[in-house]
Amino acid sequence: MTDKKHKLLEVKGLTMDFGGLRAVDSVSLAVHEGEIAALIGPNGAGKTTFFNCVTGIYTPTSGDILLHPKGLETRRLNGLKPNRVTEMGLARTFQNIRLFPGMTVLENVMIGRHCRTEAGIFRSIIRNRSVREEEQAIVESSYQLLETVGLDKFVNEFARNLPYGAQRRLEIARALATDPFLLLLDEPAAGMNPYETAELDQLICRISEEKQVAILLIEHDMKLVMKISNPIYVMEYGKKIAQGSPLEIRDNPKVIEAYLGEEADA
Amino acid sequence: MVRELKQSLLISLWFVFLTFPLLVVRVNTIENVVVWRWGNILWVAIGAFVLSYCWRYMLARRKRQTRKAEEGVDTRGPLQAALDNVQLRNRAMAVLLVLAAIFPLVFDTYQTSIMVTALIFVVLGLGLNIGVGLAGLLDLGYVAFFGVGAYTYAILNANFDLGFWMVLPIGGVLGCLFGVLLGFPILRLRGDYLAIVTLGFGMIFKVVMENWKTLSKGPSGIANIDRPGLFGLEMTLEQSTVFIYYIIVALVILTIIVTNRLKNSRVGRAWIALREDEVACVAMGIDMARTKLSAYALGAFWAGMVGVVFAAKTTFINPAGFTFMQSAIILSIVVLGGMGSILGVILGAFILVLLPEYLRAFSEYRMLVFGAAMTLMMIFRPQGLISNLRQIYQYKGSKDKTAHDG
Ligand SMILES: Nc1ncnc2c1ncn2[C@@H]1O[C@H](COP(=O)(O)OP(=O)(O)OP(=O)(O)O)[C@@H](O)[C@H]1O
Ligand SMILES: [Mg+2]
Repeated sequence: MTDKKHKLLEVKGLTMDFGGLRAVDSVSLAVHEGEIAALIGPNGAGKTTFFNCVTGIYTPTSGDILLHPKGLETRRLNGLKPNRVTEMGLARTFQNIRLFPGMTVLENVMIGRHCRTEAGIFRSIIRNRSVREEEQAIVESSYQLLETVGLDKFVNEFARNLPYGAQRRLEIARALATDPFLLLLDEPAAGMNPYETAELDQLICRISEEKQVAILLIEHDMKLVMKISNPIYVMEYGKKIAQGSPLEIRDNPKVIEAYLGEEADA
Repeated sequence: MVRELKQSLLISLWFVFLTFPLLVVRVNTIENVVVWRWGNILWVAIGAFVLSYCWRYMLARRKRQTRKAEEGVDTRGPLQAALDNVQLRNRAMAVLLVLAAIFPLVFDTYQTSIMVTALIFVVLGLGLNIGVGLAGLLDLGYVAFFGVGAYTYAILNANFDLGFWMVLPIGGVLGCLFGVLLGFPILRLRGDYLAIVTLGFGMIFKVVMENWKTLSKGPSGIANIDRPGLFGLEMTLEQSTVFIYYIIVALVILTIIVTNRLKNSRVGRAWIALREDEVACVAMGIDMARTKLSAYALGAFWAGMVGVVFAAKTTFINPAGFTFMQSAIILSIVVLGGMGSILGVILGAFILVLLPEYLRAFSEYRMLVFGAAMTLMMIFRPQGLISNLRQIYQYKGSKDKTAHDG
């Protein structure tokens, strides 16, 4: 079934070394159009490092990261700067929330529009009609995104004053503002209460359907992962140990062992 | 309250105990008697008590305010609230504009000349504010760009007889170029490293100007620089001071308009985002190199322009006028006024330039007072005199919401 769908992101044999530590060890993975894929694994498995390689924050030691935007030619992302990766339509959120704390909630989202708008220094100084219109369009579309994630009541609040769950949703809104076709979410439910988590899974499904954005998410909340994501990839000690549908993953002895091992350690 | 009083009392006793041997007991070795100066101890006790109480009171107040801010309560003082009021702000601006226009007619040349200096520092502060306040790029060598502008005018004027108006934009552009030149190698640096490299850049400028004698005439400086001309009119010293005053006022207004527009634009938001979180900023699609370079270049542009005005005003410049001390003062203006706040920077410039000027009687203690004031500022009002206003945007359906807010 997945074979028929357009492949958006293709990672082949991705390896990332930090000195002597191999944080990601030849991991291959693909995300297709319309999918909500999940990347799971015990703490320190290398999931965030994998994201950082894909989004250009780290340059991988070896392997290929290929982006196949629909209707455009394939691009290799290795070694590209993060802002170029984002421009190509791949946005992300951070595990340890990285908002712009001293900017308002609306401004945080407006920053996401930066790479889709163009007013430069001179035009900003002159501020002619086209600049003002662009500016207004940024405001309107950002506000709509805030409505989408349910944060419109906080528009003019400073981002640092938001409750934790709201900050995570603001990160999602900000990422969506860059008009991505693929969204990488790093533990979006971390620190949320069960009620917020339930809201979040609806939000993720809605984004995937309404905005036609494919999603790859890292998550420790198994209930959430099993419920919404279809291909699930499992990592342990930098290596991919399993992949498949939620049912396959649940019964996979390797996965059970990895997670039991973690519990035994703890 | 009672606890604070008690603590202050204890502290004052402690000070009495500490200073007792020094301030009370004096052994007169000639007459072999001990003089007990009990009066001194009284002053120490009272002084220590009052100071310590003020200290505690201010700290407690600050703590209360931050707690309130965390609870989302409005903690703006009356001044800040007045600033948020657009109508009031416009009126205040009109009044200020009129005051600025009639200033040289009311005051004498000496006062006008001091005001020109203050306004020069306003432009410098606003320029540095782009880099430090908005983009969060510490720059300890900013005076170098100011020097580039001043020397550009001095050299072009002395050698090629170019006039003020011709060189004004050239000074700005050269400042800009040097900004980019400095910007490139330090794109990757942050924090302490950035501070050290920019500090070095400021030093290099001064050393080069001191030693490249064919270009800059070395430490003896360049004299007899032309004042700004007005269609070849002959002007007395007084008239020309007034003329320069109006030039710098115009430049200040231009700087305010430009920086204000930039601050609330796509470019300005990118600068602020860069300051807030570099990694997130880049991950949101903002080109770090371009954003940083533009902040440096634009900041240096104003310094270069106003450097030309400075050279034309003093008609004499030498490397000793572009020391680290100047950079430090410009930086203090930005920090004291409130990083990123345009009004704050203007206020900061006036305080830091005019106060020392009018307090010449205490000139020996100037740096002492300055240091103490800055330290106290950082403890009690780290956000500066005027903290940044939050920008409120209008969007569809925002009208009814703001109505019920207000
Ligand atoms: N910049 C770095 N330098 C050195 N080692 C790193 C760096 N980043 C990550 N690591 C190491 O790589 C390994 C994988 O870390 P990573 O953050 O990718 O794990 P993770 O799967 O995201 O874990 P978690 O579920 O706790 O978020 C860890 O051992 C970590 O210490
Ligand atoms: Mg992680």
